[in-house]
Amino acid sequence: MIFSEKHKLIRKLVSDFAKKELTNEVLDKVEETGIFPKSILDKMADLGFYGVKIPRELGGQGGDNLAYVIMIEELARVSPVASLYANSPNSLSGGPILLSGTKEQLEKYLRPCVKGEIIIAFALTEPDAGSDAGSINTIAIEDGDAYILNGRKTFITMAPIADYTIVYAKTDLSKGTKGITAFIVDMKAKGVSCGKPEDKMGLIGCPTSDIVLDDVRVPKSEILGEPGRGFINAMKTLDGGRLGVAAQSIGVAQGCMDEVIKYSKERRQFRQPICNFQGISFMIADMAAKLAAAKELVYNAAVLMDRGDKDAGMACAMAKYYASEICNEIAGKAVQIHGGYGFIKKYKVERFYRDCRVFTIYEGTSQVQQMVIANKLLKN
Amino acid sequence: MKIVVCVKQVPDTTEVKIDPVKGTLIRDGVPSILNPDDANALEAALTMKENNPGSTVSVITMGPPQADYMLRECLAMGADAAYLLSDRVFSGADTCATSATLAAGIRKLGGADIIITGRQAIDGDTAQVGPQVATRLGIPVISYVQKIYQEGDMVYAERKLEDGYERLAVKMPCLLTTVKELNTPRYMTIKGIIEAYEKEIIVWDHNDLCIEPEECGLSASPTKVLRTFVAAPKGKGEILSGTESEMAEALISKLREKHVL
Repeated sequence: MIFSEKHKLIRKLVSDFAKKELTNEVLDKVEETGIFPKSILDKMADLGFYGVKIPRELGGQGGDNLAYVIMIEELARVSPVASLYANSPNSLSGGPILLSGTKEQLEKYLRPCVKGEIIIAFALTEPDAGSDAGSINTIAIEDGDAYILNGRKTFITMAPIADYTIVYAKTDLSKGTKGITAFIVDMKAKGVSCGKPEDKMGLIGCPTSDIVLDDVRVPKSEILGEPGRGFINAMKTLDGGRLGVAAQSIGVAQGCMDEVIKYSKERRQFRQPICNFQGISFMIADMAAKLAAAKELVYNAAVLMDRGDKDAGMACAMAKYYASEICNEIAGKAVQIHGGYGFIKKYKVERFYRDCRVFTIYEGTSQVQQMVIANKLLKN
Repeated sequence: MKIVVCVKQVPDTTEVKIDPVKGTLIRDGVPSILNPDDANALEAALTMKENNPGSTVSVITMGPPQADYMLRECLAMGADAAYLLSDRVFSGADTCATSATLAAGIRKLGGADIIITGRQAIDGDTAQVGPQVATRLGIPVISYVQKIYQEGDMVYAERKLEDGYERLAVKMPCLLTTVKELNTPRYMTIKGIIEAYEKEIIVWDHNDLCIEPEECGLSASPTKVLRTFVAAPKGKGEILSGTESEMAEALISKLREKHVL
C-alpha cells in the first residue's frame, strides 16, 4: 500500500503520541493496577482519536477507514489496551448510534462519546449466545410508553465504567433475528447492575463484565433504529468492528517484530548475536512476510470500506481472520525467540502474547469469519 | 496580532551518518522532520494566538517542494496559513542568502507584529538566520528566548545565557529566536491533519518576491564550504598525579615540550 502524505502524517502523530505517552513505566503500572490513566484517555480524546472516522458534523474528525486503521495499528503496536479505548467510540460504542440514531440520539450520545465525555458499551453477547448471536434470551416487553428489559449480557467490554450501553433484546419472540430491537440503556437506571469484572488473560486496564437487566424500564424514545431491526444494526456494527480488530492485530504483530529485531541483535549465544543463526533469522523472515501480507489485507479492506465496495464485508472478514491468526503466530514466535526472557513479565512480548490471544475470538471468532467468507463465496 | 514563524525542514540528524571517506552526510533513507527548535517557535506562536484572540499564525519556509509535508504538519498543529518560498535559484543558499529570501517573503506578507524562529537548525547549527532576518527587516531581535510574557505591544523575554539569563523588554514589531526550554510543542490533531490537506499552501518564487536571481541562493552566498570532514577522535588524555606544585611543574614542562609555551 502506498500511503498518501495525509495518512503518513496521521501515522506520525499516533506513533509520536504512543512513544511519548505510553511508556514502559505507564504500561507496567496499568498491568499492576488494572487501571488505565484517565489523563491519557483525555489526551487521546482531545487529539481526535475517539472520532477519527466519525463525520465532522457529529463531532468527529471526518477521517476515512484507512486513517482509522493506521491509528489503531500504531497504538496497538505499543499498547493494545490503549488501542481498545481509542477504537471503541469509532466502532462498537459509536457505530450502532451512527448507523441508526435519531438526530436527538446522535447529539445526546454520539457527540459526547466522541469527545470522551461518556462511555458507551455494546451489549450483544449472552452466556448462551456467543457466535450464535441471534439466539439471545434478553427480552423486552412493551409497557405503555416504555419497554421492560430482562436478561443477562456477558463479556461486555467497559461495562463497569460505562455510562450507557446498547442492549440488543427480543421484542418479538416469534420472529427470530427479525424480532431483535436495539435499546440505549442508562447504566444508572433502576434494575441495571454489573457483574464482577472478569479476571482476564490480557488487555488488562480495560474492564469487562456481565450486565444484568432486572425489570429495567427503557423509554421508547431510547429505541435505537426501528423495532425488529436491532440484529441488522449489530451485524453492520460488527462488520466495521472486524476492521478494528484486524488493525489491532497488525499493530501488535509489528510491536512483536520491533522487539524481536532488537533482541535478536543484542542477545548473544555461542559468542555471537542470535540473529546470525538461520534458526532465528529464517523465523524472523517468515514472520515479516506474513505480517506484510496481513497488512495489505487490512489496508485493502479499509479502502474497500471507504469506497462502499460490495465485497468490503468479506474483505474485512478476511483481514480479521488472517491478521489475528498470524498475530498470534508472530507473538508466539516472538516469545520463542526471547527464550526464557519471553516468559517474564518485564519483557514486552510476554504482554503482547497475552493481549493478542483474544483477537481471534472477540468480535467474531476466526471460525465465524471463515463462515462469513465461505457464505459470500458459495451462497450462489 | 500577526505572528509569523520561520521554519525549516531538516534531516533527522539522530538518524544521519557521515560518510567517513567523502565527509558528507548520508541522506539516503533519512527522514526529514520539522526542525526541533522551530517546533518550539511554533508552539510559542500558537500560545500567543490563544492569548490574543483574533491573531493569526503564518508559517514560512524556504525549501524544495518536499517541504510541503512539513508545512502541513505546522498547519496540523494549528497554524492558519503556510508559505513555501521555492525556486531553483534559491538553492545553495548560506545563512546570508536564506535570510534575504525569508525577509523578502515576510515583506510580501506585509510584515508581522512578531516573528518567531527556532534558535538554530540541527543540520547547520549556525543560529544566524533569525537575527539576520531581523536585521534585514530593521526590527529588534531577542535570541535564545526561554520565557516569554507579552502584553499589548510589549514583549518581555528571558534570553538564555550559558550561566544564567537576561531579562529584556522589546516593543513590537520584533523577532524572537527560541530554545527548547521555552515550551513543549503540542501534538498535531487528527482533525488538524485532515484540514491541513484541505488548505492551500502558497508557493512563491523569486519573481513573486520581487528579488533578482543573483540576490539569492548560491550566487548571493559569501560562505564557501571548502571541505567537510569527520573530526578524528582525540587520543586519551593524560592525568597528572602528585602534589599541586609537582603537577603544575609537570604541566608546564609538557606544554613547553609541545611548544605551547
